[in-house]
Amino acid sequence: MDATQQPMIVIKNLTKHFGRVKAVDGVSLTVEAGRVMVIIGPSGSGKSTVLRCINHLETPSSGEIWVDGIQLTHDHKNINAIRAEVGMVFQQFNLFPHLTALENITLAQRIVRKRGEAEARRVAHQQLERVGIPEKADVYPGQLSGGQQQRVAIARALAMNPKIMLFDEPTSALDPEMIKEVLDVMQDLARSGMTMVVVTHEMGFAKNAADEIVFMDRGGVVERSTPDDFFSQPREERTRLFLSQILR
Amino acid sequence: MTLPTSTARSQPGSSQGQFIDWLAHLPWWLLFMLLAGVILTFAIFSDDLYSLIFSKLQNGILTTLSVTVVAYLIAVLLGLLGGLGRVSKNPLIYNLATLYVQVIRGVPILVQIFYFAFVITPGVVGLLNALGEAINPGGLLASLDNQDIPMLARVVTALAFAYGGFEAETFRAGIESIGRGQMEAARSLGMSYLQAMRYVILPQAIRRILPPLGNDFVSMLKDSSLVSVLGVRDITQEARLYMAASFIYPPTLNMLAFLYLSMTLVLSLVVKWIETRMGKSGH
Repeated sequence: MDATQQPMIVIKNLTKHFGRVKAVDGVSLTVEAGRVMVIIGPSGSGKSTVLRCINHLETPSSGEIWVDGIQLTHDHKNINAIRAEVGMVFQQFNLFPHLTALENITLAQRIVRKRGEAEARRVAHQQLERVGIPEKADVYPGQLSGGQQQRVAIARALAMNPKIMLFDEPTSALDPEMIKEVLDVMQDLARSGMTMVVVTHEMGFAKNAADEIVFMDRGGVVERSTPDDFFSQPREERTRLFLSQILR
Repeated sequence: MTLPTSTARSQPGSSQGQFIDWLAHLPWWLLFMLLAGVILTFAIFSDDLYSLIFSKLQNGILTTLSVTVVAYLIAVLLGLLGGLGRVSKNPLIYNLATLYVQVIRGVPILVQIFYFAFVITPGVVGLLNALGEAINPGGLLASLDNQDIPMLARVVTALAFAYGGFEAETFRAGIESIGRGQMEAARSLGMSYLQAMRYVILPQAIRRILPPLGNDFVSMLKDSSLVSVLGVRDITQEARLYMAASFIYPPTLNMLAFLYLSMTLVLSLVVKWIETRMGKSGH
């Protein structure tokens, strides 16, 4: 990696309150281009909130966020510009149910990226191929399995040619037998050099795909390390407790 | 429309109890309506009085229908804008929309019609006059007169605003029924708020609110009879004029009710047809 290259994501001292509840309390993180960061932690630890602050789905209470060298402000133009560069995959897929899989993927390309219909369709078919369901182009989300829906959602985000992909517990709403097909797609994506931030409970994925693991608890970062260190020799007591509960 | 009769029950001579049961399950209300309809239709062609009344009332049919359609279309547009205002995070827009909805919902439509006809129209005309005088003394705007605004236009506007307030709440409910994730997904793809509304939220919301929107179209047809209070010659006004001149009440009112029933029946079927068609085209 080029040492002079600026980091893809820089988060400085991020805090987020919901009313009187402090969901995120002074988090600072850096993600280099092409790296995969996996954030794990118990529910309510603020990991999803950090992720949602990166594309401003949550407005930070304080702190700075830089995406690809551009600071995130409250300006709408700035936010939309950054969102077009940051793909997001949700726990509940959030496909548009009134549109076919293909239309789900072409919509934002046409109205945000201003691509022509033919170009958008070409990209959409290409991305559906990439996630392994080219035959589902003309099917509505309601007729797809959860795993297929999530793969369409990933294709929809990728079609925008994002520089960063955010995953917010992408397999938590899936039946067990469908988790692998989604993780495989994410694994491929990681190998292709995409910058990724993934909030997940899938320890196997964290072990195999992450360059760095961040463990969060009660709104703060408890520990950052490589997957090997994280699972074999966690430094913090809280991390050890969490791992002992989750790795049975 | 399907008649809920059962062929198994209607076998003759099976037993008396079953026959009575069969009779009890006939849609008597529909048979009664059909019978009344047939008799009235027959009367229009055979009875001199009924045919005279029909020839009077039919002059208002076009007015009734056009008032209904025009006022309804404007109402849906106002409802869309009002509904968007009601879910807006902009305090000015939200408060304006809420004020509109609350005022409309708390004042009877008849009173609103009087307001539009005799308060708001002269007020707007006066305002335009003042504006016109400032821009171009003696010009078209400056010499605009109350009399230039026909009662028909006033009453259509009044009905449109009245129904628009209700449609605004229908649109709001429809928009709020779409999960938060839809807006988030659209915004995370870089769409603006209005783009997300237009391409993602509204297409889903409108499909959901089609039934109430359709019902309100039928209601608008009935409430269009209120235009008669301003002398606009819809079928109700034609009926009133005829009754005032002839003192012949029952046949006139029979004919009036018959006309409304036929029109609402046809409209309901059209609305139902549109709903099933739109319902089939998506998921």
